[in-house]
Amino acid sequence: MGLEVTDVSVHFGGLAALSDVSLEAPDGSITGLIGPNGAGKTTLFNVIMGMQRPVGGTVRLGGRDLRGLSPHRRARLGLGRTFQRLELFGTLTVRENLAVAASMGQRRFSRADTVHPQALAESLLDHLGLASVAEVRADALPTGTGRLVELGRAMAVKPTVLLLDEPASGQDSEETTRFASVLRGLADDGLAVLLVEHDMELVMGVCRQVVVLDYGRVLFTGDPAAVQQDPDVQQAYLGSLSGAPDG
Amino acid sequence: MHEFLIFTISGLATAGIYAITASGLTLTYTTTGIFNWSHGAIGMIAAFAYWQMRVGWGWPTVASILICLLVLAPLLGIAMEAGVMRRLEGTSEASKLVVTLALALSFLGIAQWVWNPTTYRAIPPLFSGHTLVLGPVRISYNDLTVLIVALVVAIGLRLLLYRTRLGVTMRATVDDRTLTALNGSSSVANARAAWVIGCMLAALAGILVAPTLTLSATALTLLIVSAYAASVIGRLRSIPMTFVGAIILGLAVSYSVAYLPQNPYVQGFGGSVPAVVLFIALLALPQSRLRGHRLLRSRELALRPSWRGTAIFGVCVIAGTVMLAMVVSSSDLFSLNRVWGLAIIGLSLIPLVGFAGRLSLCQMTFAGIGAAVVGHVGAHGNPLSLLAAAGVCAVVGLVVALPALRLSGIYFALSTAAFAVAMDAWVFPLPPFDLFGHQFAPFGSGSLVFAPFRVGGAVLSGKEAQFIAGSVAFVLLCLIVVAVRRSGFGQRLMALKDSPAACATLGMNARASTLAVFALSAALAGIGGGLYGESLGSAAPDVFQFFTGLSILLVMVVVGISSLGAGVAAGLFLGGPTLANFFPSLSQLSSVLVGAAGTGVGTTPNGTIPSGLRPVWSSVVKRRWLLGAFVVIVVGVWALRLSGVIDNWTMTWIDLAAVFGMPGIAYTVDYRAGTAQPAFGLPDRRVVVVDEASARGQAGPPVDTPAGDSANPVVVPAGSPGRGT
Repeated sequence: MGLEVTDVSVHFGGLAALSDVSLEAPDGSITGLIGPNGAGKTTLFNVIMGMQRPVGGTVRLGGRDLRGLSPHRRARLGLGRTFQRLELFGTLTVRENLAVAASMGQRRFSRADTVHPQALAESLLDHLGLASVAEVRADALPTGTGRLVELGRAMAVKPTVLLLDEPASGQDSEETTRFASVLRGLADDGLAVLLVEHDMELVMGVCRQVVVLDYGRVLFTGDPAAVQQDPDVQQAYLGSLSGAPDG
Repeated sequence: MHEFLIFTISGLATAGIYAITASGLTLTYTTTGIFNWSHGAIGMIAAFAYWQMRVGWGWPTVASILICLLVLAPLLGIAMEAGVMRRLEGTSEASKLVVTLALALSFLGIAQWVWNPTTYRAIPPLFSGHTLVLGPVRISYNDLTVLIVALVVAIGLRLLLYRTRLGVTMRATVDDRTLTALNGSSSVANARAAWVIGCMLAALAGILVAPTLTLSATALTLLIVSAYAASVIGRLRSIPMTFVGAIILGLAVSYSVAYLPQNPYVQGFGGSVPAVVLFIALLALPQSRLRGHRLLRSRELALRPSWRGTAIFGVCVIAGTVMLAMVVSSSDLFSLNRVWGLAIIGLSLIPLVGFAGRLSLCQMTFAGIGAAVVGHVGAHGNPLSLLAAAGVCAVVGLVVALPALRLSGIYFALSTAAFAVAMDAWVFPLPPFDLFGHQFAPFGSGSLVFAPFRVGGAVLSGKEAQFIAGSVAFVLLCLIVVAVRRSGFGQRLMALKDSPAACATLGMNARASTLAVFALSAALAGIGGGLYGESLGSAAPDVFQFFTGLSILLVMVVVGISSLGAGVAAGLFLGGPTLANFFPSLSQLSSVLVGAAGTGVGTTPNGTIPSGLRPVWSSVVKRRWLLGAFVVIVVGVWALRLSGVIDNWTMTWIDLAAVFGMPGIAYTVDYRAGTAQPAFGLPDRRVVVVDEASARGQAGPPVDTPAGDSANPVVVPAGSPGRGT
């Protein structure tokens, strides 16, 4: 079922930030969401998460309409996200960042067989290669590492749908490679991942479907190979005359 | 109808004064982003200066007003901008709020110091005796002047903001500070202009309002509440809407005087009308959106206290109290007794402000409620009444915080201030009334008498016993605070302070967590208030007034809002026999000092303990012999005092010398051994950093040679990790 967005529109004053946007992020696969800066990608994330009220349209998680639910209620239903501008718990250490999230997740899934939050935090530290910075305060981390911590924190609450907002920006190529494999692992575990990313190599490498947004509209939906061939997409990215690629 | 007209006109005159104050507040806030709590205090200072010239020295009215408005106010504005406000750029909203609060308290202290508050002072109204007769109504020239001046200010501000270059750049600064700077406009000049105009408007309002009030420093400083009410109605942006807000408020105040029934229960309500309007206006503000913000590299330290360290702290506190109780005189003990109640009220701020990052300006109000509960429930000396106080305060805390939860930081703080002021003006002084068949008055008739606690048959009436019991209570509550910080709840609070948006995406209910910590904090303050009342023996409501609470908050922030020791400092500073004993004529000095220290918070947000005391003492603690020497000195001096060889002051001075001297010795030892860390974050003057390339070539001069350095320079190549010794 995953995540279904239907006909979502958002207006900022007279500006239509999103117009009738529909997309689907099915379970067990990574869906790419690309588009030039200002296309409305982060606004769409805010709508899905409940941080921005749309003027119209619906968001469904596993078939359930999320209308009127606050962000934390949506999170408890299995929605997780990371932020384009890092939102780490700066005064806490990396380990504490993950532990806080794990304890939140445990309260939600309080079953006998769940791993202890501390143990979950430790396994995430290992899994993401963060063990060496476990005791570092989060606000002292370089951006690339900070993004891994945000991803780990989002994973610690065990979401079913994960929204990732430019998770690879600020990462070096080695980090990106590790990151790609982590993402594939998430999809293999059955998560629906919606990935906003400017690193086309990463998007084309991991995504099964790609949605292209431009000026708040869906320009194209299809598999990665088809996206690269589409003339509209090329124009949006390269401009028809002399526009420089924007991101 | 006739009466209605009269009160409408007097309401409009009041509105004129509110409008002038509030438009100054809005102007400085929109141009500089600083919520100036000292705005009312500036008007207060101007009113007193005017009184001094006009009445005190008998100068002509016009000259006095012109000197206040065109000389004193602009000078104050320039000094505030250069000395205090400029350094606040880029600091947190909380730091800005604390700094301007500190400034307000300093002004208040200075005014009460220079102009003894027990002397009666009045300023004659302008054009005294002249009235304008308009049909059935007579308008005094004073009211007429206020109305005209308010109108002139409204038109003047409009012209300034829309027709002058300065005004346009000031408005542009509001929209985008960086962009305005890029366009060649100096943000410093804009800010200075805003502060000068703001101070002039504050002074104008102070001078105009002074004839209608007897000159009282606190009442004039509290004009800020009315100003905030009007400004919040103008959403802190729109000056026309601020004027509308001022009119609403002025009429509300005037009609409440006219039409509220003449009975003692509602009378006090009139005084709290501005606070109530402020509270309602805040609740009507649009919901602050939950959105991500850029991670500012926080300068804040957030150490997780260990149980071992807390235990050592607790033992030291209790041992120190016992030692002190055995040597001080009974009169000093009477005053020292107040320390623990105040310390606990200070402690109550740690979970709320230190962990959760929410500001409360009404802790002293919760303390007052706690004291009232203990005074009534514990009338036979039952110490369990403290628990009742905690419970009642927690519930009241929930009720206060619940509607205000949706407000973001600074507005939340404002709503707690409105609550505190309304309680001060209305509820605490209420005469006896019947509640559930019991006759009840918050503070009895005038002041509430506290019975000494009875513990297991023994009566804790001795001052020594009370003093020691107070320290035990403080330590027990410290353990609760540490347990909270170490728990998952504490971690969630810290997370919430760092990023509310991220917390929501993890499924955390921010409101529930904030409510819980607010209730906890209110409960702690209630216990503190109960103990404070006990230590006083009898308490009038003004013991728990708003400004005392601000002083506690300021001391806590200056010393370190996350440190348990800050509680002790707050208690000692505000309750102990301190400077006032030394210099009775300087009884206002402590509030001036707190204020002055508070204005430095912008540059040292962590406070004295985490960034000063703890780092320098850590090198003492590492050396057991030095720590041992310290203990020997303290105990030895105490033994000398017990045997009557030295007096209390000698003991205090020697102990203080030891507290400050030990880190000095440790530093000297480290320095000799070459392992000293740079003191207070200053670069080590013995290290001369040399550019690596020039060091290899033996040619270039040292890049950074401190002038007049007499110590042997140690040459370290740039990039070397340490001293290498």
